[in-house]
Amino acid sequence: MSLTEDEITKLIDRLVEERVSKRLAGVEQDLAALRGMVKQGGGNVPEDRTTLVVFSGELDPLFGAFTIALGSVAMGMEVSMFFTFWGLNALRVSKKYAGKSIGEKMVAAMLPNGPKSVPTSRMNMGGAGPIFFKYLMGQRNVESLPSMIEMAQEMGVRMVACETSMTVMGITREELLPGVEFGGVATYLEDAAKSKVTLFI
Amino acid sequence: MASVELDCKGLNCPMPIVRISRAMKELQVGDHLRVEASDPSFQSDIEAWVRKMGHDLKSFEESQGVQKVVLEKRA
Repeated sequence: MSLTEDEITKLIDRLVEERVSKRLAGVEQDLAALRGMVKQGGGNVPEDRTTLVVFSGELDPLFGAFTIALGSVAMGMEVSMFFTFWGLNALRVSKKYAGKSIGEKMVAAMLPNGPKSVPTSRMNMGGAGPIFFKYLMGQRNVESLPSMIEMAQEMGVRMVACETSMTVMGITREELLPGVEFGGVATYLEDAAKSKVTLFI
Repeated sequence: MASVELDCKGLNCPMPIVRISRAMKELQVGDHLRVEASDPSFQSDIEAWVRKMGHDLKSFEESQGVQKVVLEKRA
């Protein structure tokens, strides 16, 4: 049997077509499966967000927390900060005794008045430590904690105070910085679950 | 194409990148921001910052503890 050049071309075309479509079918199947996987995981793609749990209430860890918060905003990221237990000291703007139980009054008396009067985690030396560190920070032109907190608020950092730890510490909403939100663990987890950076400080 | 100067000398981490990010927002694509800084971590930080933000670090010079950079706004 002899074939013309035209027939050979057609035959080759047909064979190539068959092979390619067989292979493509597999690729298309894989692609469809991948698309399904992407769709399912679509809700879990992390946002460009930093979420911090601020548990500590001393000058040094608070300084670290706000440095990361301001740095994240500067890097174009969204920031959420959740303040719980001692961390609430950072948000405190006033102290109230009226209407509180004896236990709550005692806690109120023992806690610092706010970010200006927080202790240091080491070398506190009865309050001499923070004075010394603040002097050094001022001399070296390091931003103060209160001004970093103010900047964080200006720059749109989401700040949420944990209601349960407020109850335990006898802290009322009126004692905290205006503009702070209130929430619980689900509020934190919703943001943390979609964040690229999460830290417990 | 504008060229804006920003003095970050004497500022410590994180303030240089905070100020730079604020200043950059005011600029148009293609504009230049000339920054002087003295923070010891500035070189590493500004390089990381431009990588993350997608801007261009046109030049970096250092003399007598002062670091001078020229940034170009890209996005």
